[in-house]
This record gives sequence, C-alpha cells and structure tokens, in this order.
Amino acid sequence: MQIYVCVKHVPDTAARITVVGGSGFAETCKFIVNPYDEYAVEEAVQLVKRNGGEVVLVTVGKESAVSSMRSALAMGADRGILVKTDAQFLDSALTAQALKKAIAQDGTADMIFCGRQSIDSEGMQTPFRLAQAFGMAVVTDVVALSVNENQAIAEHDIGGGATEVLQIQLPCVIGANRGLNDPPYPKLPQVLRAKKKEIKQVDIADLGLDLSFPLTEIIKLEAVPERGKAKIFEGSTRESVEQLVKALKEEEKIL
Amino acid sequence: MFKAGIWIETGENGVKEANFGVITAARGHGDAEIHAFVLDGNADAYQDALQSYGVQKIVSLGTDGGDLSSKPDLQAAALAEAVNHFEITAFLGLSSARGRDLLARVAALMDAPLVQDCIGIDLSSQTVSKSHFSGKTVATVKINANPFVCSVRPNTIEAQIAPCQCELIEYRASVQDPGKLAVKEIEKSRTGAVDLTEANIIITGGYPIGAAENYNLLQQCADVLGAAVGASRAAVDAGYAPHSMQIGQTGKTVSPKLYIGCGLSGSVQHFAGMKTSKVIVAINTDAEAPIFEKCDYGIIGDLFEVVPVLTQVLREQKS
Repeated sequence: MQIYVCVKHVPDTAARITVVGGSGFAETCKFIVNPYDEYAVEEAVQLVKRNGGEVVLVTVGKESAVSSMRSALAMGADRGILVKTDAQFLDSALTAQALKKAIAQDGTADMIFCGRQSIDSEGMQTPFRLAQAFGMAVVTDVVALSVNENQAIAEHDIGGGATEVLQIQLPCVIGANRGLNDPPYPKLPQVLRAKKKEIKQVDIADLGLDLSFPLTEIIKLEAVPERGKAKIFEGSTRESVEQLVKALKEEEKIL
Repeated sequence: MFKAGIWIETGENGVKEANFGVITAARGHGDAEIHAFVLDGNADAYQDALQSYGVQKIVSLGTDGGDLSSKPDLQAAALAEAVNHFEITAFLGLSSARGRDLLARVAALMDAPLVQDCIGIDLSSQTVSKSHFSGKTVATVKINANPFVCSVRPNTIEAQIAPCQCELIEYRASVQDPGKLAVKEIEKSRTGAVDLTEANIIITGGYPIGAAENYNLLQQCADVLGAAVGASRAAVDAGYAPHSMQIGQTGKTVSPKLYIGCGLSGSVQHFAGMKTSKVIVAINTDAEAPIFEKCDYGIIGDLFEVVPVLTQVLREQKS
C-alpha cells in the first residue's frame, strides 16, 4: 500500500503563546507533531507492516517543521516531503491544494491519513478539501478502522454517546482521532534511523498554486485572559454546598 | 437582500435546542432573510419552533438520489445545490460532530470558505472569531469570498425569540450519491445520555473518581441538573470512562453555562476543552490545585463527600 500521512508542526499543547504584531505569535516556543497526526502516522505504519508498502509524510510548513517530521519518521514512516512556506498559518484550502500537488507529484495514494484537526489553527477541514481534490471519500474523527482490499470500515463518535459505523471505498482520506491507536514512544535506534531518512523539500511557490487569494485570513490574534482566583466556599460540606447553590441561583442565575 | 441559510440539526426530540443560537447569530445581520434547511423530511413539525426564532423560510430538502439518511455525501451535495439555488450568502450550522462533518463536506464541494467552531459572527463585515491554540488565544478571521460556510460552537450565542410567519418550501435537489461512503449502523452506547457538546450543564470527574462505577455518583447529580457527565484524560487513560466522555485538548470542546469539575487539577490541556464555559466550579481536596487559580467558585473537599451533598441539596430545593 502507498500511504501518505499529512503531518503538521505545531506549538506544544502546554506552550505559552505570546501574541506578536497583532496577528502572529512568538515562534520561539517548543513545537511538536500535531497530536492527532501521531494517531494518523501510527495507523499508517501498522497498515504497511501488515500489508507491505510505504508510508510517506507530507508537511506544509516552515523549514523548522523538519524537526517534527523527524519525530514522525522515528514512529516508522519511510520518508517525507516538506512543502516549504514562510507562514505558520496558511488558509486551509491552500494547504489542501499544496498537499494534493505534493502527493500527486510523488505517487498514487491508496490511502491518505490526516489528524482530525490541528491544535493551533483548529481548522477542521483539510481532510475534506484534500478528499475533494482527489475525488476520494473521507471520514474524520475516526476512532476505529479496519481496511480490506478495496474498502474500509471506520467508526466515529457522533455525540450523545452514539457511534456511527461507515463503509468507505478506497482510495480514501481518513482523519484520525484519539482512540484510534496508542502510539508507542520511539526507541533510540528508531530515532537514530529517522535521522538518515529522506526528507525532500519543495517550495510552495514551485507547485503552480495561486497563493494571492486566500479564502480566509487571520486579521487579529488576542490572548484570552485566564479567570481569576475562585471564590472558595467554606464551612461544613453542607454549608459550602448551600452557598454554592445560592450563588449559582442568585448571582449567576443558572440554576 | 442578504440571505442566510441554516442547516437544522434534528434528533429523536426534534430540533436540537442549540440550533436557536445559530439562528439568532444569523439574525445579527439585521437585514438577513433566514432560510432553514431540514433534511429529515419532518419540516412541518418544526415550523412552530423555527418561526418563533425568526426563520422566514423552511426548506424541506429531498433528492433525486433517494434517501438521505445514511449518505453523508448525498446530504452535502443536496445542501450545496440548495445553497446555490436559494442564493444563500452565509451558510451556517452547529459545530457538533455531525455539523462539523456535514458543513466541511459542503464547503469542500463548493470550494467555499469555511470557518469551523466559531464563537462570534459578524455577517455584515464577514468576520468571525474562533479559538486558536486550544483556547489560549482568539483569532478574528476575515472571510474573503461568497458564499461562505461557518459552524458555530453550541451555546456560545444566546438564543433570542423573534416570532415571525414562515413559509414551507419543498425542494428536490437533482443530485446523486457518489456511492463511495455509507453509514452502516449507529451504535447507541449510552441511550438517553445528554450530548456533551450541547449540554447546558456538565459535571466532570477526574482521575480521583477511581473506578468506572463511581461515575454513577456524578450521574445522579447530573440527573437532577439535567446535565451531561464528562471525564478528564487521566480518567479515560485509567480506563474509568470511554474516550467519548473525554473533555479537553484531545477530547471534546464544550461550552456549557455551568461546568462543575470534580477532582480536576486544572491542566492547560483540560482547560482547552472547557475554557469558554460561562461559570466554572471546582471541587478538589487539594487547596493548592491550579484549577482554583482560574475558575469562578470552589469547594475544597473530597468529591465523594461533596457531590452526594450537592445532589441532595439540589433535590431538596427542587421539590
């Protein structure tokens, strides 16, 4: 199987974000592989272990994204393609077009994996646009997957405690969610091997895309202030609970 | 005239309550004609509810391609055609699991701009706001083309009544299903459970809950409150709760009016999923827990002692 996995280089979940220049942020914080993309990589690696083939990472990002690509290569992917941009935030429609071009130039995909969303811009749409560009079917938020010769069965949560089971024709795009698998930490030999794996770099300007008209653009980024300290209710359990219920009723008008 | 279209999410109990906030958001334009798109064939049953929030036209959508219910791509194709046919500029819907999926399919088909999980919308200037970096920042996003698609985070825009008379329209889209994707079955694991992402009140248990069956304690309190029950990542990792109950960075994002966290430390990752709740209450034995530094009300105590008393007090005051 020829499997492509789209991987994004994003600020660490625990990183402090400092807004810079009104719509940007200080990119000096620690960056990681987008957590949902790790489930995508692991699923692809396991599929290729069972069926043979190749796992190719595709990243749209700055040159610094190579560090996250190395981490994903250590998880067992074979090689990578970096589509170089000079912005952390690219409109999702453009990202999908860039991913499509890079994949189509490289080979013929049997499956394409993505994370269900990035944790920085939280666009939640690239898998759908990528599928549309290839004329493939797509399912995201996938928590269970089984792949046969020309179809897959995918499960995702649809809220209210319900799970939907879908039948999807290959080739297809799968958006991975937490729960799909449990990626192990790469061991040292895998990390060392990953350093020697090929990462081909392509400049986004050389893909023949019209970058001058993004469908959406970020015009302002603002830090969200934390709430202050909690008002603590004291006394016996009964007393503190009664004070809480009173506050929720009379001050907050919720109950 | 500016036309806004809204995909109406329905369930066993008809129109989901959270839709009314989306309709209210669309009315914010002032001069918008509001169309509601209903896919389940029961549009006439929803007329009273929808017109009381200002929907002027209800479009009951069918297709030449047969039954819509188990075909996500057919639903999207029908909606995309209807958006064009009714000359909709802004197409909105709930940012629920279904809404995010369906609206993304529609936007991809139309090659239209899409912003998911909006927490604020200004249709006149085509700008929206949404969370970035897991709620650490809010981004204002300008939408540069028409028509455009937005999903709205449930409960972030308060519904306001605005009664009007609405017209019922049947529309049959001339679309077929591509035949590449079909829903085989829907498994209900917790029947009757309040949907976390749409709940007005959520009570969440962290790692100290200690066992799956102890969530019953929270469920009893939730039953009195009409609340949904959530879990932290640590509790899910320990096997005390299924992933579908997880709130936070790698779980669900929720925005209830009241969030009661029991035995939560207050990690950045957990707050990523519930930071936009209106009021946050923490119950924790550790007075030094970071959660007390960034929530509204706190009780320092063991959840196993505090929650049953809370349930009791709520019951007493209800009767």
